[in-house]
Amino acid sequence: MQAELQSLIDQVRAAHAAGTPLRLQGGDSKSFWVCAQAERTLDIRPYRGVVDYEPSELVLTVRAGTPLSEVEALLGAQGQMLAFEPPHYGPNATLGGTIACGLSGPRRAAAGSARDFVLGVRLIDGLGRDLSFGGQVIKNVAGFDLSRLMAGAFGSLGVITEVSLKVLPRPPFELTLEWALQEGVALERMNQWGGQPLPVSATSFHNGRLRARLSGAEVAVRAAQARLGGEVVADGAAWWSALREQSAACFQTDKPLWRLAVKSSAPPLGLSGALLTEWGGALRWLASEHAASQVQKAACDAGGHALLLRGGHPAAPCFGGLDPILAQIHRRLKHAFDPKGILNPGLPGNF
Amino acid sequence: MTAPISQAQIASALSRWLAPGSVLTNPEDVRPFETDGLSAYRQLPYVVVLPRTEAEVQAVLRYCHEAHIPVVARGSGTGLSGGALPHKDGVLLSLSRFMRILEIDPQARVARVQPGVRNLAISEAVAPYGLYYAPDPSSQIACSIGGNVAENSGGVHCLKYGLTVHNLVKVRAVTMAGEVVELGSDGLDAAGYDLMALITGSEGLLAVVTEVTVKLLPKPQTAKAILAAFDDVEKAGNAVANIIAAGIIPAGLEMMDGPATRAAEAFVHADYPLSAEAVLLCESDGTPEEVSDEMARMQALLESSGAIEIRYSQDEAQRLKFWAGRKAAFPAVGRLSPDYYCIDGTIPRRSLGSVLKRIYELGREYGLEVANVFHAGDGNLHPLILFDAAKPGEFERTEAFAGKILELCVEVGGTITGEHGVGVEKINQMCVQFTPDELSLFHAVKAAFDPEGLLNPGKAVPTLHRCAEMGRMHVHHNELPHPELPRF
Ligand SMILES: Cc1cc2nc3c(=O)[nH]c(=O)nc-3n(C[C@H](O)[C@H](O)[C@H](O)COP(=O)(O)OP(=O)(O)OC[C@H]3O[C@@H](n4cnc5c(N)ncnc54)[C@H](O)[C@@H]3O)c2cc1C
Repeated sequence: MQAELQSLIDQVRAAHAAGTPLRLQGGDSKSFWVCAQAERTLDIRPYRGVVDYEPSELVLTVRAGTPLSEVEALLGAQGQMLAFEPPHYGPNATLGGTIACGLSGPRRAAAGSARDFVLGVRLIDGLGRDLSFGGQVIKNVAGFDLSRLMAGAFGSLGVITEVSLKVLPRPPFELTLEWALQEGVALERMNQWGGQPLPVSATSFHNGRLRARLSGAEVAVRAAQARLGGEVVADGAAWWSALREQSAACFQTDKPLWRLAVKSSAPPLGLSGALLTEWGGALRWLASEHAASQVQKAACDAGGHALLLRGGHPAAPCFGGLDPILAQIHRRLKHAFDPKGILNPGLPGNF
Repeated sequence: MTAPISQAQIASALSRWLAPGSVLTNPEDVRPFETDGLSAYRQLPYVVVLPRTEAEVQAVLRYCHEAHIPVVARGSGTGLSGGALPHKDGVLLSLSRFMRILEIDPQARVARVQPGVRNLAISEAVAPYGLYYAPDPSSQIACSIGGNVAENSGGVHCLKYGLTVHNLVKVRAVTMAGEVVELGSDGLDAAGYDLMALITGSEGLLAVVTEVTVKLLPKPQTAKAILAAFDDVEKAGNAVANIIAAGIIPAGLEMMDGPATRAAEAFVHADYPLSAEAVLLCESDGTPEEVSDEMARMQALLESSGAIEIRYSQDEAQRLKFWAGRKAAFPAVGRLSPDYYCIDGTIPRRSLGSVLKRIYELGREYGLEVANVFHAGDGNLHPLILFDAAKPGEFERTEAFAGKILELCVEVGGTITGEHGVGVEKINQMCVQFTPDELSLFHAVKAAFDPEGLLNPGKAVPTLHRCAEMGRMHVHHNELPHPELPRF
């Protein structure tokens, strides 16, 4: 694999020397959403495979080009998982792309986000330097935390070549319950559960139905079930995986699909086109033709921000303007990692 | 550099913006700020300021920025790496007057607090709602939440509930130029680069934290503890690995070796087994059903790993008694010797046993006693080296021994600091852990926030020049093992 890594380094160095922008590409599964505009493509897929995995350490180190499905199969065989349940958006998604996009799935509110599980990265910066930050241990405060910074940076700060992640044991037992409720009541309930010692690992509200997944030791899940009531959903697992990929029927819309990360206790947003709520109220999906500024304002008023996932121009994960001081820090950071601006130009947005 | 500005000039300039009594220059007034928890390093600050509002912090930073005066932020001064050590020509900016809890939102389970609020005070304030703030450094009665953010502090419960970085929602901070930034969001992720993750653990080098919104968790219904004794540290280390490998994430998994156990027993009489070479404390929390299930599985694993004695906490009083010895372990060890030096490396759990044995060997080589009390579940070691600073050369020998232990941590795939930070103390070992290219990127990141390099200068990230000198030293002694191996 040394040759494959060297080839990536050489390509970045050549691009740096010539000042040619590169579009970093893994499995191309998310280009419907984000896609840098650049003539040349840097294909990360050849640099793949597991570097180190010892289940008792709860740490996995893999090369960025490794398919996400391969990683999950490997972990599954040991009864472990990526607890942030990242969406794949296609069969070819790579682990590097997954971390670069920083997306998390249904378990996010209970377990943490993609960045929460990053322990270390190896990356190639915009000068073509091969650098390592963080490591393979759970606790590490040596130097600035540049590895977690890579999660959600969309490859604009460096080409991720290896990632070390904390992994978790898969819960021995899971069960999905359902209630018929109004949106306001459902939001209240989700927030109440969050403040109680309950094994709730995911929630959703859609079409007048509140669902909760309980995970853990079977005795604990059964005890919680007895306390919460509700109806058992027979195909619970299928629902959460359809939600994770936004492949459930309700997401099949021609309208632009918005993802609003807001304060969990924010009241219903009052925009038409509300599709579904998850993460205990902290993630609200919207399918609507509303002007971007209107959606962003609604998200902002609810303490968060909005991203357009589908139905836009896949140039950048359009988010509302950053405050000028933050924008300046963003520009300076980009310059620190990639002085010539050759890595995924235009990402992660305008600043 | 222009001519240095006098103390009186700085004080009178700053007094224009601050309330009376907020600017100190008299040696007797500034003396309490000369050191943090690592008292081997001392430096009297030039000027101390004690602002009360964010606007005052802005004014101080703007003035210092313009006048090119270094600034060091300070919370409670419990840091163990010299991070808050004053700059001799600089302003020490104490956040100790930022003591207010601004908002508790039990529904969204967050609390917005000022940076000087003590870690434990947050959990106490939100207890009536059945909530608590999870990261619990042993110093939690004293350390500030601002300091916790700056160090990304951990605690006994971090294996299950995460470090500071995992339990923050929003951070407000003032840059060296005096500008306010707000990082994170009320939602679960924020737009743009994850600057909140970046500022966490940045040791006061990027910005001064003026407000922190933390995530609160529901208090577990029950908690129980097991105390397991072993006749060999290696067996205890393997027991830790076996518990994790079985898919259990205990709420706490701490280890004390024989010397630490005996010191703690003599101090607090927690009824620890005195003949043990290692004691493990395993805590399980959650619903009563979860806890009894997990306790039974842990017991089986401890037995099969060779525990010579296993005790259960029968009630809350006994659980607290089990922990009393662990919590008092540092001062207990402190009674054995005039001084002790605490180290903070992290290693993969699989190496616990072998690294502990190597530490004992090194201790014999250096002629120094060492006791180990640490976060075993995280692989975060805290060897305590016993020494007497009054004996000539003993501190130097201790530092050399400590440096060796840190290099050993890096060698087995770990890191030089798990939770206490680099500060001034481990700045040389940074050259062992990072290459010059990596260090130069750290400097560039620092410059993105503080181009003039005025905020906490000389800490956390060594200059390349310093490492070059270090590097020569290492080559000369030919001591650095396996320099050809990648350190990732
Ligand atoms: C007995 C004892 C036990 C300890 N146990 C633990 C433990 O279990 N886990 C652990 O992680 N640590 C532990 N520590 C270390 C220490 O308590 C932590 O690092 C703590 O977070 C420091 O907080 P502080 O308020 O005292 O910060 P200080 O010591 O005042 O400062 C620490 C660093 O933070 C910076 N800083 C402080 N406030 C701000 C601010 N508002 N904005 C920007 N920068 C700031 C300072 O410049 C400095 O670099 C222990 C210390 C002692 C003495």
